[in-house]
Amino acid sequence: MEYLPNILFTIALIMGIGFFVRNVKKLSRNIKLGKDVDVSNDKPQRWKNMAKIALGQTKMVVRPIAGLMHIIVYVGFVIINLEVLEIILDGILGTHRVFAPLGSLYNLLIGSFEVLAFMVIVAVVIFWVRRNIIKLKRFIKPEMEGWPKKDGNMILYIEFVLMFLFLTMNAADFQLQQMGAAYYTKAGAFPVSQFIAPLFENISISNLILIERSAWWLHILGILAFLNYLYYSKHLHILLAFPNTYYGKLAPQGKFNNVEAVTNEVKLMMDPSADPFAAPAEDTPDPEKFGASDVMDLNWVQLLNAYTCTECGRCTSECPANQTGKKLSPRKIMMDTRDRLEEVGKNIDANKGVFVPDGKQLLGDYISHEELWACTTCNACVEACPVSIDPLSIIMEMRRFLVMEQSAAPTELNNMMSNIENNGAPWPYNQMDRLNWVNE
Amino acid sequence: MSEEIKVKTMEEFIAQGKQPEILFWVGSAGSYDDRAKKISRAFVKILNSAGVEFAVLGSEESCTGDVAKRAGNEFLFQMQAMMNIEVLNGYEIKRIVTCDPHSFNTLKNEYLGLGGNYDVIHHTQYIKELIDNGRLSIEGKVYKEKRITFHDPCYLGRANSVFDAPRDVLKKTNADIVEMKRHKKTALCCGAGGAQMFKEPEKGDMDINVLRTKDALETNPNIIATGCPYCNTMMTDGIKAHEKEDSVTVLDVAELIANSI
Repeated sequence: MEYLPNILFTIALIMGIGFFVRNVKKLSRNIKLGKDVDVSNDKPQRWKNMAKIALGQTKMVVRPIAGLMHIIVYVGFVIINLEVLEIILDGILGTHRVFAPLGSLYNLLIGSFEVLAFMVIVAVVIFWVRRNIIKLKRFIKPEMEGWPKKDGNMILYIEFVLMFLFLTMNAADFQLQQMGAAYYTKAGAFPVSQFIAPLFENISISNLILIERSAWWLHILGILAFLNYLYYSKHLHILLAFPNTYYGKLAPQGKFNNVEAVTNEVKLMMDPSADPFAAPAEDTPDPEKFGASDVMDLNWVQLLNAYTCTECGRCTSECPANQTGKKLSPRKIMMDTRDRLEEVGKNIDANKGVFVPDGKQLLGDYISHEELWACTTCNACVEACPVSIDPLSIIMEMRRFLVMEQSAAPTELNNMMSNIENNGAPWPYNQMDRLNWVNE
Repeated sequence: MSEEIKVKTMEEFIAQGKQPEILFWVGSAGSYDDRAKKISRAFVKILNSAGVEFAVLGSEESCTGDVAKRAGNEFLFQMQAMMNIEVLNGYEIKRIVTCDPHSFNTLKNEYLGLGGNYDVIHHTQYIKELIDNGRLSIEGKVYKEKRITFHDPCYLGRANSVFDAPRDVLKKTNADIVEMKRHKKTALCCGAGGAQMFKEPEKGDMDINVLRTKDALETNPNIIATGCPYCNTMMTDGIKAHEKEDSVTVLDVAELIANSI
């Protein structure tokens, strides 16, 4: 019976990590539903971008208040995880504060965790106020209604509770150390929880141990639960921000990709020796679909983008179309892509690994034509994203589908395009008059 | 007709057995749009004044296809691109300058993968080069007491990180250069990009150009400077919407410099 807690802990740990691995596998399967894209170039620059943008948070601080608080929560998250390592070892081995022999270094570590935990609590409260009391514009857009709003708050509640449990655990521990309880050897510094400890003064040792153990267990179980909440939440960005910034666009923002399948066809059309009536060779694959009408037509980096989006709405708040009341919201483009991808993933799960057409698609069922045509391709959304997401590339792929597969451009654009075809300018002027401006 | 300007076509250069220093890509707006034609003329005035041996393609130039590409018509874009590349490569063009950031972006970035490899620069960069090399001297009297604010064209600024050249050049007018709250990387679009120039905007509560002009008017300028024919149209319309056309004018950097020589 002595080893029961160790066994229970190990089971919880294995289950928590096991579920997480299962989710990661599903995530990776869904992302791989996207088309292949070559992102093997310039690895040094990619590592640099990841270090700067994800690790260094350079784009977060473009907005100083949110940026600074985000850095506190981020640093808190990373550093306090060192403490989780000790908790896991204690749990498995049945020890208590196994790193205590580090002495003054240990005191410094625990002390700084406490300060960080307190700062995280403050930041989380401010974040909550911004979302729920001040109601910052970008948090109350139509696409944020329902689950996205709850999700945002849920993350803040969980973080608050985890930090609170951590400090409670330390406070009880500190009090037990003062009382000279067995196993609770004097170790650690408690700059924050020393102020909570006086609340525990009149509690018996056995009850205090109960409080300390409960906080300890709830804290670690909470962390394991949070880990498994990620897959269902916008909070996935804490992991995916790293690969996403690595695979982010390196070319100048204005450089859009040239569709290779089109290049081949145009070259054939312009080749005077090509026989226009030749029957296609037998092994010719089906002609490729131009542009994207569903998530499988996008490339896997675009799908990774969708899972990485944490719905902060900086893109939408910088979007000129959105600022002037149009329906387009780049954040919604990313959220729709993720929602549809999840739907496709569930379809595959339910049908033994094969996607069975469900009569739905990203274009039309999630993203409307009106949204797509409101884009000015100005790249403000791309510039604003703190984790290198490119909503514009998805908008472009869907426009390509509308125009090249469905001829569904707005009439004025069709006129413009036939002018280019007929006289080499978007307006109906004679090509021979191109130089008239010199003499006017 | 305003002052005489000297423009030679590539065909004329070849007939004389010569190569120009640089090709001036006029673009469809610069060739046909009444307002943009003035910008083309102003830029040529600068080139003439600096004694630059430049050529244009004239009737051999065709739309870059940029606007078709942003509208989603990759076919039309690549057709245009390959035709233009054939002409440019036929003349062994190495260096291109243009007053249109959209042509600039497309020629520089998107022709590359289709067989067109050129050193492409925006006219503000070229004007700066001419000044730095001592080929162009500017008197800088006309705008001395004026306030000028520069609107960054998306495809010059954010899309290609050209922020300093237009500002450096503008300083030569000796005007007071003031920045809008949103400028450089965070500049707001004028509303014309992505083929919006050629269609009515979607339903909303305001037009983008009116919002952007508001940004500009907040700096209390006499002149809004741009470096793009489409931005020029949008900002000019925006000024009218704010009923400020009597006190504020919209001018291209090339026009401001041409008037300051």
